Amino acid sequence: MKATGVHALMDLVARHRVVAVLAFLLVFPLLMPYEALAVNILIFGLYAVGFNLLFGYTGMLSFGHAAFLGVGSYLTGMSIVHAHLHWLLAIAVGVAAAALVGLLIGHLAIRTRGIYFSMVTLALGQIVYFAFYKAESWTGGENGLRGVTVAPFEVLGLRVDLTNPIAKYYFILGFVALALGLVSRILASPFGAVIEAIRENEKRALACGYDVARSKILVFVLSATICGLAGSLRALHLSVVPIDSLHYLQSGQAVMMCLLGGMGTFFGPFVGAAIFLYLEDVVTSLTRHWMAVVGAIFILFILFFPRGVWGSLMARWQRSATREPSSPAVEQSGPA
Amino acid sequence: MGELTPQLLALQLVTGVALGAIYALLAVGLSLIFGMLTVVNFAHGAFFMVGAFLGIYFQTLTGSFLLSLVITPAVVGAVGMLAERFLVRPLYGRGIDYPLLLTFGLSYILIESMRVVFGIEGLPSATPAALRGSVDLGIGRFPLYRLALIGATAVVVLGLWLLIEKTRFGLIIRAGSRDPEIVRVLGVDVAKVWLLVFGLGTAIAGLSGVLAAPTRAVNPEMGITVLAESFVVTVVGGMGSLMGAVVAGLLVGVVFSMTSLLAPEFAELSIFVLMAIVLLVRPQGLFGKAGLMA
Repeated sequence: MKATGVHALMDLVARHRVVAVLAFLLVFPLLMPYEALAVNILIFGLYAVGFNLLFGYTGMLSFGHAAFLGVGSYLTGMSIVHAHLHWLLAIAVGVAAAALVGLLIGHLAIRTRGIYFSMVTLALGQIVYFAFYKAESWTGGENGLRGVTVAPFEVLGLRVDLTNPIAKYYFILGFVALALGLVSRILASPFGAVIEAIRENEKRALACGYDVARSKILVFVLSATICGLAGSLRALHLSVVPIDSLHYLQSGQAVMMCLLGGMGTFFGPFVGAAIFLYLEDVVTSLTRHWMAVVGAIFILFILFFPRGVWGSLMARWQRSATREPSSPAVEQSGPA
Repeated sequence: MGELTPQLLALQLVTGVALGAIYALLAVGLSLIFGMLTVVNFAHGAFFMVGAFLGIYFQTLTGSFLLSLVITPAVVGAVGMLAERFLVRPLYGRGIDYPLLLTFGLSYILIESMRVVFGIEGLPSATPAALRGSVDLGIGRFPLYRLALIGATAVVVLGLWLLIEKTRFGLIIRAGSRDPEIVRVLGVDVAKVWLLVFGLGTAIAGLSGVLAAPTRAVNPEMGITVLAESFVVTVVGGMGSLMGAVVAGLLVGVVFSMTSLLAPEFAELSIFVLMAIVLLVRPQGLFGKAGLMA
């Protein structure tokens, strides 16, 4: 009977995934050693969610997503530093710019498939990196963009001061909630079914009459937009924009987070971001060789837990759910 | 900036071809591994970096650049074979993305291990004494080392071509990259061939690291940019073609060095823009077969 209770709960979580994730994220800062880490996890969780839409759900492994995170960050930062725009407008500029860059890169990259797609997105992302690196008078070049500060403001009658980490966390969570709602809606739509069909068998999706090229561009732009939002929020969080946020190693971080948590799952990217950043926090306080540790953990996950932490948990729940007496047919079908 | 004399242009051309020779070697190694194993080696830049470090190490140990040129690729190739045997091999048949991701993780470990062994500052690199200075070719004086680098690359590429086109092992490689199933049915131990090809590809990456070391800063991060650049070469040339890798490597090297002369601000960008143009006009690359890539 206890197992049935767990399954009922899991069922409820699965049906109301956005509410469940938000309920968790509401109390999440209490679980973290300090708030800045929670904010970081929130932002990178969103970044990984955006990436997961392309990698986990559509099966396209991009190594250029740092471009969208970085463009979101830089354009929001530059709107505030150079143009003194309102913060909300600055976020809009950053997100729109990321979507536009996503359209340009996506247009070129989807001409290739599989492994070439990974190589081409990596190389196209480096164009953005070098362009921002060289445009020193606008972007600060190697030193990054400094001075992205927002004075305390009022929103819906509440005073928000971004120098207060808790206020910052819940301010950012508001945007994350909107983005998660959007992603959940996309996945539940017929379009969501089409991108998963492309992942499973691109030729068959094409034969079924779906416009595969257009769906790919659209999901690429949506994914870039969400990563751009993560970037915008990160600029407000850090109040600087480091040039490294455009480098392909930053794209690699999205891949790592997605895989550690569980690609193609709704909550996996957040779990992956939390594991990655929490480990980084712990390990860098013990040793300088964080890169070797994360590399080794990543390799172990690929070899032994390719579903990731959250993905493995979900698979286990689903397996035990199929052993319930209510579904004897599945049991008889034997091992797959 | 000084005046653009024909001598200056010729000098920059040689510099570009020398740089392109390194790119060509890197792309040949990548292409060889991909053609046979359908694995994109994301640790290729890291193997290049390890080659540069070990090259300097063995050069100081043995006192001979030539010896280092032989020992280093052998050691790097052995590391590559270990990686294939114990890390990449369990992933065959599990989807094309996993080996790629695994080698990405491996590159982190290689970078950090060089930091541990040789320090984060990197090593000072020097041109071997016998290859210092310049020679007069009638149209101007050119640095001897760059010319030697171009010559060495030509020898390696020629050797590889003979290996692939004229030997029984090369026949197996060519057949295996078309249809490993049939090769296996014919009684060839394909797993052993995969191991050797991965070793050969990484050994070439190591060799290009030794050759490149005197021409650039040797530090643990030097392979990170090189990886992106060798992807550019591979996409421009078309995957799976030795000829494509060599021509695209030289082209990318010359484009880079010419833009560094004429418009230094755009040097790094130029090669990526070249790739974007090739993608627009000829998505399969200059020498690639249509349909392989898209």
